[in-house]
Amino acid sequence: MNDNPVFERIETEINDSPVTLFMKGSPMFPQCGFSAAVVQSLTMLGVKFKGVDVLADGDIREGVKQYSQWPTIPQLYVKGEFVGGCDIIREMHESGELQKLLEDNGIELEPAQQ
Amino acid sequence: MAMDVAEVERLIKEGLPDAEVHIEDLRGDGDHYAAYVASSSFEGLSRVKQHQLVYAALQGKMGTELHALALQTSVPEAT
Repeated sequence: MNDNPVFERIETEINDSPVTLFMKGSPMFPQCGFSAAVVQSLTMLGVKFKGVDVLADGDIREGVKQYSQWPTIPQLYVKGEFVGGCDIIREMHESGELQKLLEDNGIELEPAQQ
Repeated sequence: MAMDVAEVERLIKEGLPDAEVHIEDLRGDGDHYAAYVASSSFEGLSRVKQHQLVYAALQGKMGTELHALALQTSVPEAT
């Protein structure tokens, strides 16, 4: 697909876990409001996911933008496929599409008790 | 490192000539905007592709000069 060496590392990350979120900070300590918003959506749906802190790795931070042709962080991947950034995830969560996408991909959900 | 409302709107309209564009300055710092973009060129495209068209119109400024753009895209209803 491309000779960017970082792409291999990115592909390892997104294929290692069914749900991978490239974000600023960690799920426990998001360092940016947009990243925190996606963490919240995933937490509310009770999805297990892996957070990749792009602040800890400049190559991944820039590489993932080229990888998905998406200029910002956070970026959510499900089963290796780019799903969207903060706006799209919020829209999908509100419309129920996010839950459906996860279920359609056989991902276990344990929605938080409201 | 900031852009003003007019420039954001101009770039989007240049890239998507038929687009209806509404921009809100969320924090008054020239770095955090919300944009509502309706264009028939979004027809049949996924949200990701629609947003990518807007980012392409912004010619690489998204994520560099422009830190945050809360984006909502739509296809105008047939009139």
